[in-house]
Amino acid sequence: MATVILPPRHYLNDGYGIASWLFTRDHKRIALLYLAGVTFFFFIGGAFAVLIRLELATPAGDLVSDETYNKLFTMHGVMMVFFFLIPAIPAVLGNFLVPIMIGAKDLAFPRLNLASWYIYMVGATFTTYAIVTGGLDTGWTFYTPFSTVSSTSQVIPAALGIFVTGFSSILTGLNFIVTMHRMRAPGMTWFRMPLFLWSTYATSLIMVLGTPVLAITILLVAVERVFRFGFFDPTLGGDPVLFQHLFWFYSHPAVYIMVLPAMGVISELVAAFCRKPVFGYSFVAFASVGIAVLGFLVWGHHMFVAGQSVYAALVFSILSFLVAIPSAVKVFNWTATMYKGSISWDTPMLYAIGFIGLFTIGGLTGLFLASVGLDVHVTDTYFIVAHFHYIMVGGTIMGYLGGLHYWWPKISGRLYNETLARISAGIIFIGFNLTFFPQFIVGYLGMPRRYHAYPPEFQVLNVLSSAGASILGVGYLIPMIYLMWSLRYGRLAGSNPWGAVGLEWTTTSPPPTENFAETPVVTWEAYDYGAPVEGHVA
Amino acid sequence: MLPEAHHAHHPALAHQFDSLGQQKEAATLGMWVFLLTEVLFFGGMFLTYAIYRAWYPAAFAVASHELDVTLGTINTVVLITSSLTMALAVHAAQLGQRKLVLWFLVATMVLGLAFLGIKSVEYYHKFEEHHVPGPGFQFEREYFRHAQLFFSLYFIMTGLHALHMVIGIGIMLVMFWWTWRGTITRDYYSPIEISGLYWHFVDIVWIFLFPLLYLIGRHGP
Amino acid sequence: MWSGTPLFPESASTMASRVDSLYFFLLALSTFFSLLIAGLIVFYAVKYRRRAADSVGSQIQGGLVLELTWTIVPLLITMVIFVWGASVFFAMSRPPDETINIYVVGKQWMWKFQHLDGQREINELHVPVGRPVKLIMTSEDVIHDVFVPAFRIKADVVPGRYTHLWFQSTKPGRYRLFCAEYCGTKHSGMIGQVVVMDPSEYQTWLSGGASEGSLASAGAKLFQDLACNTCHRPDAQGRGPVLEGLFGKTVTLQNGETLTVDEAYVRESILQPAAKIASGFQPIMPTFQGLVTEEQLLELIEYVKSLHELPQVQPR
Repeated sequence: MATVILPPRHYLNDGYGIASWLFTRDHKRIALLYLAGVTFFFFIGGAFAVLIRLELATPAGDLVSDETYNKLFTMHGVMMVFFFLIPAIPAVLGNFLVPIMIGAKDLAFPRLNLASWYIYMVGATFTTYAIVTGGLDTGWTFYTPFSTVSSTSQVIPAALGIFVTGFSSILTGLNFIVTMHRMRAPGMTWFRMPLFLWSTYATSLIMVLGTPVLAITILLVAVERVFRFGFFDPTLGGDPVLFQHLFWFYSHPAVYIMVLPAMGVISELVAAFCRKPVFGYSFVAFASVGIAVLGFLVWGHHMFVAGQSVYAALVFSILSFLVAIPSAVKVFNWTATMYKGSISWDTPMLYAIGFIGLFTIGGLTGLFLASVGLDVHVTDTYFIVAHFHYIMVGGTIMGYLGGLHYWWPKISGRLYNETLARISAGIIFIGFNLTFFPQFIVGYLGMPRRYHAYPPEFQVLNVLSSAGASILGVGYLIPMIYLMWSLRYGRLAGSNPWGAVGLEWTTTSPPPTENFAETPVVTWEAYDYGAPVEGHVA
Repeated sequence: MLPEAHHAHHPALAHQFDSLGQQKEAATLGMWVFLLTEVLFFGGMFLTYAIYRAWYPAAFAVASHELDVTLGTINTVVLITSSLTMALAVHAAQLGQRKLVLWFLVATMVLGLAFLGIKSVEYYHKFEEHHVPGPGFQFEREYFRHAQLFFSLYFIMTGLHALHMVIGIGIMLVMFWWTWRGTITRDYYSPIEISGLYWHFVDIVWIFLFPLLYLIGRHGP
Repeated sequence: MWSGTPLFPESASTMASRVDSLYFFLLALSTFFSLLIAGLIVFYAVKYRRRAADSVGSQIQGGLVLELTWTIVPLLITMVIFVWGASVFFAMSRPPDETINIYVVGKQWMWKFQHLDGQREINELHVPVGRPVKLIMTSEDVIHDVFVPAFRIKADVVPGRYTHLWFQSTKPGRYRLFCAEYCGTKHSGMIGQVVVMDPSEYQTWLSGGASEGSLASAGAKLFQDLACNTCHRPDAQGRGPVLEGLFGKTVTLQNGETLTVDEAYVRESILQPAAKIASGFQPIMPTFQGLVTEEQLLELIEYVKSLHELPQVQPR
């Protein structure tokens, strides 16, 4: 094999200095700007989680005051949802890969892309300001009238921060939609696109249609607080449940913004590390769009005990079951892809396998919640907390890490330490399950969520959970170290270290600023592993 | 793989696009998608208004009666006319008629400013009559709470609309400058076109706001 | 009673076993599918592990029969679960006709329970075993939630309106009651107990309590003190509608709509009298917003409920 060298000119050495980064129009550099941002906020949100789990190791509220605890879980949620989970895969991996995967030189609107990052950072600054000047204690869900009338915390700057960041999401989605419609290379038809792009497209639809409703809702909350209007305050004629409808109309689709991109990554990983096409390509593609559409119709399942009519509850229940079907179809398709594959055990594949298992569990527990009669007992308990962490952490974060490891050689030109990476994946898997599985049990027992102190019979399960959290935390720190280390000292990757198929692997690692030396003309289907490929055994 | 065609690039062609045609299509689609997000944004407010109107018809009718239909109608005519001048500006741009484009852009901006001026007069009247929600709000005791809700919605909805108008006028200023210095030509006029789309959208939001706030059921029980 | 580490909650209501049955079914289903998928992916990962550096997998594109099967079968399974869950929910939403009604007022950060005969409790609710109990609930400030894990029931408690839940307990004991909707600083301190007693003990408890008079009699006094009786007269000579026998009836409003007179309508008529005026009457009733507390509203409601239809008097 020829010695691998770095290409002389690539996007990372195309201009040095802070200005070349802060004023870049290159989607790849913008992806890295987002990577820095989301990683930073992930660790802030993670620090809050550590404090929460430390407090919950004992039944009494003895580590922090109740006011502080309420701020901890609120800000953990706000940071993780709005500043990590929603942007991470679309803005880091999506920004980097969308143009390359369709054979384009950049997104449709590069300056808008940079503006999106600045908007994200401005929103994050507002929210960070809220955190350091006293914090927010409304829960990430801002239920009224507590958030508009009763809370004495920094609701307004936090609400404004989320309002502003929403526009980053909207503009990113807009950019992706236009890019995929108008800038595909010759021969790149919709059904030759990698499934990551189908997921990104479906995600972009949700970002564009759902986020504006959150924007107006959170704006009304801020306005109500400042001017004492009465949109959601019953003493002024408003309806607090109306807030919940408006809020969840966005926030349910938002969870699909968080998980669809991860599903897209998994499709890529499974195809690449089994060296065969994803089983049932068009079914997986349509399932992504189906999830996006159905996802807009189920918001009321967050409100089964909030006082809606019985018939509304039943409609939302049946739709919630329907939205589970496309997700199940994807899981079956990924599993079938592994059948008679040529399966490599590289770290990205380990994350993919972890995702499939954990997302399955998380998704199945969703069926418990869609059954109205059962949801009445488990809603607002730790059962819910466990459910969404299985999807968000066991699902999305594992998808994110898998994707980060898979495309790391393309992004950086370097290989990371595979042994350390596999160990970390294992630590994360074990730590994750130990943290969150006991929460299903303690939730069904009746431990409510957002509780600072709890009855003593819940302690053992909480201690298990806190122990798991400490392991999980360690698991997340190790990749930071070896990934950063690889930037300087990692072996050079070459253009296709995995022996995978896809336009991104036909260009250099790192790619040139304009992505390709010449515009590709596509004459092959996605995941065309028919011809033998160079590669390795792992 | 296709070798890059070696031809002189149009100065307005951005590097990520292969042709002006592709660029125009992308820009147009982008603006339509953006306007779709705006529909959802205003839609949340319209929905809130519709729900409260259905629940408190009497109070909303009495409160709506306090709005000035004359000024509202004048504003509607002003805004529709500005959409006409905008459309004429786009048409002139398509034909490469620079001077006409400039005049029509100015006319659009003037009409937009007129709209904002009349709106300010309305707001001032509301302030004088103590119909601005908050500590100074005054209304008949029977309808006090729900009338305050009506006016809260009125100010939020027309306020956000006015903000969009201000942004629109800003966009027109930029278009004026680009046309002045010759960036806009018969080959490259899509910025005028998509600015027109935005302007028409802001007009359409008003076309919905006006009947909903001013005209429907303004006569109470 | 509370020691040790239970892994499954106590069952103390008629609904508990229904909820648990559905839970166990879903548990079994989930375990099956989780093990199936996990087993398959691990099995395939081992069996098809790459041996040669350049080998590729079998280029299988898909299979329509499989796709349809694993779409339709889950769809059918989920529809079964839906119907099951819906039937449990129907049972939860429809209290029996004869219930012991208890009013609940939640406020930051305590629960106030009011029995009809005047017993008032803070954070503790005494009920008799084996009889259906309906809680009619409202909040004085923010949204709270009544949750009794042992009964498997839960409902939000919302300011500005009444929400309901009902249960029938099956064995005496003390069961935790939690606030399950985040409501501020001492949300996790807003904990109480439901004390389920044998019928005889319950009677003892009822009669031993401080009798400030029943809710309805307190409401009667308030009705006079606030001069409601000047307009709402039983002889139909007043300027307001006759209230005797009105509760539970259907009335026609000025705008032609009809509604049933329930707790919410009585409350609204006291606080916002102009909102839904009965047909044939003038909008002259003053509002009592700010002049009555939530508890006083409950007393007035119970008083109105207690006003039975008068025997018809022949006109002179």
